[in-house]
Amino acid sequence: MINRYEAIQTVLRRIDPEDLVLSTTGMISREVFITNDRPGNFYMIGSMGLLSSFGLGLALQSPGQRVYVLEGDGSALMSLGALPLIATEGPDNLVHVILDNEAYESTGAQPSISSKVDLDEIAKSSGYPHVARAEDLGSLEDALSDCYTNPGPHLILVKANIAPVDGIPRIPHPPTEIRDRFRDQVAQGGSSK
Amino acid sequence: MDPVGFWDVFKSRGLDFFSGVPDSTFGEAYNFMVRDPEIRYVPAVREDVALGVASAAYFAGGLGGVIMQNSGIGNIVNPLTSFSLMYKIPALLVVGWRGYGGPPNDAPEHWIMGVKTPEIFDLLGVPYRVMEPDNLEQDLDGLLARINNEMVPGALVVRSGMIS
Repeated sequence: MINRYEAIQTVLRRIDPEDLVLSTTGMISREVFITNDRPGNFYMIGSMGLLSSFGLGLALQSPGQRVYVLEGDGSALMSLGALPLIATEGPDNLVHVILDNEAYESTGAQPSISSKVDLDEIAKSSGYPHVARAEDLGSLEDALSDCYTNPGPHLILVKANIAPVDGIPRIPHPPTEIRDRFRDQVAQGGSSK
Repeated sequence: MDPVGFWDVFKSRGLDFFSGVPDSTFGEAYNFMVRDPEIRYVPAVREDVALGVASAAYFAGGLGGVIMQNSGIGNIVNPLTSFSLMYKIPALLVVGWRGYGGPPNDAPEHWIMGVKTPEIFDLLGVPYRVMEPDNLEQDLDGLLARINNEMVPGALVVRSGMIS
């Protein structure tokens, strides 16, 4: 098991400047913000469950940029139908990371059903060509490396501990500022894939 | 109006990225769009998914479209309020108006939303136009102007029998 905050830091260490990073509502966005606030981050501070759909759209609209989607098990479960849609559309540049702590930690760690549901198996049967399950930091590093060599879309399921971190602030940027600087970053494009 | 001409109006305004869920209101026009090589269409599993996908077009310098039935409005209320309207991300919703006029029109499952459709858009602050068959270009241009000025999603509401 990995602490989520550590997993987020591990993922963000691997991104290139032109990559797009999308994070879901709650603590995940706040931990991305405190780890590496950058214009290419889109903090989806509301609309739980919508992130992977937005990520799919971006991956299709900007195929030259790698798009990281960072969401939790609750968010993934809320929009489970997006998994087969992403796999069917098949953008090679999408790296979908599910940080699975089997709980709604941002609202007080109420249990989710993912302790009984293998989201990586759902991704496989949905048709993701590259699915990895990371239960320690080494396997997470390996999975991230494999995204550079395997065809995508990629799904990495990170089995995470419930490990709240004190003192993580709310995101201070107004929503339209998050939008504008992110849009500029999309406009710059990239050549990752 | 004819199905090909319907999409020509959208394409001529640079709208070529759509996602959605089919509705019988659009009849053959839906199939024409899916087969049109000039349109990139993502067949979503729900209307909220479609709105998430389509909204990406704005970030790439375009405007995305969502194809849906008005019963799907319920599925996009939260994405509208805590994503589209909050970040001010424009999109075009093309909404089939089932249950127009209320009972006895259409099937019972459409009666309530059929009556409430304009009220819900008003309540949410989503501008909308009801398409008139001979006036699509003007209706769409008027709506697109509001979408671009206000940076919000806007809905083109289409009654049955408009496209054939």
